[in-house]
Amino acid sequence: MSETRFTKDHEWVRLEGDVAVVGITDHAQEALGDVVFIELPEPGRDVAEAEACAVVESVKAASDVYAPLAGHVVETNAAIVDDPGLVNRAAEGDAWFFKLRLADRAAFAGLMDAAAYAAFLETA
Amino acid sequence: MSTDHASASPLLTTPLDALHRELGARMVPFAGYAMPVQYPAGIMAEHLHCRAQAALFDVSHMGQASLHGAGAAAALEALVPGDIAGLKPGRQRYTLLTMPGGGILDDLMVANAGGEQLFLVVNASRKAVDLAHIAAHLPAPVRLEAHDERALLALQGPAAAAVLARLAPDSAAFPFMGFGPLAIAGIACLASRSGYTGEDGFEISVPAAQAEALARALLAAPEVQPAGLGARDSLRLEAGLCLYGNDIDETTNPIEAGLGWVIGKRRKAEWNFPGAAAIRAMLEDGPPRLRVGILPEGRAPARAGTAILDAGGAAIGQVTSGGFGPSLGAPLAMGYVPARLAAEGTPLHLLVRDKPLPARVAAMPFLPHRYIR
Repeated sequence: MSETRFTKDHEWVRLEGDVAVVGITDHAQEALGDVVFIELPEPGRDVAEAEACAVVESVKAASDVYAPLAGHVVETNAAIVDDPGLVNRAAEGDAWFFKLRLADRAAFAGLMDAAAYAAFLETA
Repeated sequence: MSTDHASASPLLTTPLDALHRELGARMVPFAGYAMPVQYPAGIMAEHLHCRAQAALFDVSHMGQASLHGAGAAAALEALVPGDIAGLKPGRQRYTLLTMPGGGILDDLMVANAGGEQLFLVVNASRKAVDLAHIAAHLPAPVRLEAHDERALLALQGPAAAAVLARLAPDSAAFPFMGFGPLAIAGIACLASRSGYTGEDGFEISVPAAQAEALARALLAAPEVQPAGLGARDSLRLEAGLCLYGNDIDETTNPIEAGLGWVIGKRRKAEWNFPGAAAIRAMLEDGPPRLRVGILPEGRAPARAGTAILDAGGAAIGQVTSGGFGPSLGAPLAMGYVPARLAAEGTPLHLLVRDKPLPARVAAMPFLPHRYIR
């Protein structure tokens, strides 16, 4: 089982080899409410750390999803484009957004672990 | 993602504040009040439940007031283009407070409560402006009374009438836009058969001290679920109804907003309300731009502020309200376009995140109104 880390922007990041799978946390989907539209980055795009690269829209508002780390987009999840509600039902499961080949694999260790993210939510 | 809601100054609360929190509402600042944007069911479910059965909304943040005294109707007619003198006791009408240049100070409901008394409901964000404006223009015998001591609930949806008939048998006799006293579960209320969802329903004014008992009595009906401001906004947008501050404001002429119908027939002969010259000129010359419905062809919602482009890519207007319509199952918007591009079916583009997305002018309401007639 690979390790999952988290960002202050409420994204989760799971490392599989040198590829990071990125999604939004359950806390984020809960705060957003019913998700009705997803826009994902084009595979092949290079993204900088903290660059806005996906959009998630609920009935009420649009929010950006940021690249948690610098990398190269290798794959996106068409399932959440076809069925945006999957993000509400399985934010930390099947509803991943995109996969990044990391520019610097070591940077992953700089993200929050589950305990640190839980503590962050307590203070947020 | 940013998920926090900032709040600057202390917020006012409605008499149902404790009930909202007990029901698990997510409270947000709106027009200076802490208001429920949604309950645990979520905006989508609350919206769909209102269209399927009945939803209860707390709209106590809105301004309630009455005008008393001989000449109250004539005094209000000096400020609005509606036929208020011709409004019969027990009837309500939608109208506008207009400005000297033809702009809209606010939109409001006016009811004839009988006995030289008018009952007004104005927007929360405008109540201070409105009441000061009205008070400043009243002749001596007419008195304005703000009803801060009253809460306002809206029971909306196809089952609203059946629910209310069980608690208040007299409610069945209310026609669309009827208004009058109504005892609901033994509580003395003022009710009107109206709303902001496109559905049949009632807006119920109740003394603040009895608001929670009334809300609990209505929520006890199996057909009724609470709904927040999120669903209220998506419901009114599907119904093609204006939101003050978004779709109309101090710079909007009622004619370009498609609200020319509020001008009473007699008032159109007299032209003696604020802004009459500018409104008459636009009616006679034709409005340069018009408020229209817009349906994006894809799935991406276009929010308020989105630029509207013509087929050649030139910016021609702006979306004033936009989002996702749960009953429509698709994104929808309204906004202003030049009159020559206002015909139903006209192709447009909406500039969403720097990408021009195809859309078309659409008839409003997006869903047929289901008012009782």
